[in-house]
Amino acid sequence: MNPPARLRVDPIACDGRGLCAELLPELITLDDWGFPIIAGEVPGALRGEATEAVRLCPKLALRLVPAR
Amino acid sequence: MMMSPLAVAAWRPGPARTRPGAAGLPRLLPAAISGCPARLAEHLARHGPLPSGAEDARSRQELIREVERSGLRGRGGAGFPTAVKLRALAAAARSPLVIANGTEGEPASAKDKVLLACAPHLVLDGAVYAAGLTGARQVVVVVHHAVRDIVARAADERRRSRYDGVPVRVLDAGTGFVAGEASAVAHWVERGIALPSGKPPRLGGTSRAGHPALVQNVETLAHLALIARHGAAWFRSAGTAEEPGSMLVTVTGAVQRPGAYEIEIGTPTGEMMELAGRARSPLSALLIGGYFGTWVSAAAAAPLPFSAAGLAAVGASPGAGLVAALPETACGLAETARLARYLAAESAGQCGPCVFGLDAIAGEMTRLATGLPTSLVRIQRWLGQVSGRGACRHPDGAARMIGSALAVFGAEADEHARGRCRATRTDSVLSIPPEALP
Repeated sequence: MNPPARLRVDPIACDGRGLCAELLPELITLDDWGFPIIAGEVPGALRGEATEAVRLCPKLALRLVPAR
Repeated sequence: MMMSPLAVAAWRPGPARTRPGAAGLPRLLPAAISGCPARLAEHLARHGPLPSGAEDARSRQELIREVERSGLRGRGGAGFPTAVKLRALAAAARSPLVIANGTEGEPASAKDKVLLACAPHLVLDGAVYAAGLTGARQVVVVVHHAVRDIVARAADERRRSRYDGVPVRVLDAGTGFVAGEASAVAHWVERGIALPSGKPPRLGGTSRAGHPALVQNVETLAHLALIARHGAAWFRSAGTAEEPGSMLVTVTGAVQRPGAYEIEIGTPTGEMMELAGRARSPLSALLIGGYFGTWVSAAAAAPLPFSAAGLAAVGASPGAGLVAALPETACGLAETARLARYLAAESAGQCGPCVFGLDAIAGEMTRLATGLPTSLVRIQRWLGQVSGRGACRHPDGAARMIGSALAVFGAEADEHARGRCRATRTDSVLSIPPEALP
């Protein structure tokens, strides 16, 4: 089983393309200017989607990191 | 052009004033402005020689433990325990670089400039001592251009008399509000770019093997230089048990003698304001902790100890020791709108929520200040959306200050919504560098 993880945005790299929020609306919403707001830990059932969102971020600004 | 210490003092009048009879104060500042800047000989006559940093790892650890016992915390705003930083850097695989941070990018703050203008050798002592404790082989002192010549002369004096075991370089600080943030200072020293990086300060390229940087505020280093001489127990004889020592504060706004003062931590806030002289108009509110700080009603703040613990009661913190006094005759919302516009413009421009969010918030605050229709609910939502979403804490600080204004000036906001304002003066109370205004 995978250890608990959460998503993290590099705010300098992020350009607000919004792809991540489309792929993973369960965990990512957009603020009023289109930049992602991340909710808590990634549940096991969404791990695959989260990994996909990280892979597809056009600015490589999204990362999966160990949850504290 | 060279700026004399007196010019620095006039530009923010008055160093060295302190509460009479306070325990051994002033510690950092001279007793009179005429003693600025202290030459090396005068400095040594007042404070005695700097004990040598440790020769071996074990005695270094022993000296760092003494710093730990002193309870010294960073005086640049974040209040991080100095010993924890020193220990981490002393244990690093590569020898660190010591950066004395005298950037003081906050436009209304003067305490670091006054300290450097009056006691440059105390700061240099602290930086050199920190190098001894961490095994650093170089010291860089980053200072505001107003005091650069004074510090450079002090460094020359030490070089000529071979006073220090490590080379000391003096560098003009980067400009702008965020330039003083620790990672921005390290970035500035290394590459001449004064932007925060969101990573721990580290020098020597992008590889993991770069040299770590010990970034310490100049006032912190001045205290360190005195702890090195007199020990932890002496340091703790002023201040409170949890927050020992003296601290430099900048009092500005509606007071008779704005300037830098040295106080015991925990001095009642009202008493501290008295040092700067009561203005003719009663005060309505204080902005405590700088332009990233918290607005507090003047009456609520007066009895509170000026310390992190004391100010926590009203959700404020001393920050880098700046207090701005707002008179009843001025409009707190108008002042806040100006600061919001300034802080939005001072965004480093790297992170979306900071760039767009602060600009949007400043726009709404300007509408609120000028009596145009606006939505407080929307401003509150935006404040929540920018907090914690930048690489540095710039958006968090701006959001905190603006949020506290909405709480303290709530009645004024209602009046503005009805097209009224009780202020009788229209000039600005809080200073903002003219070049930063649109």
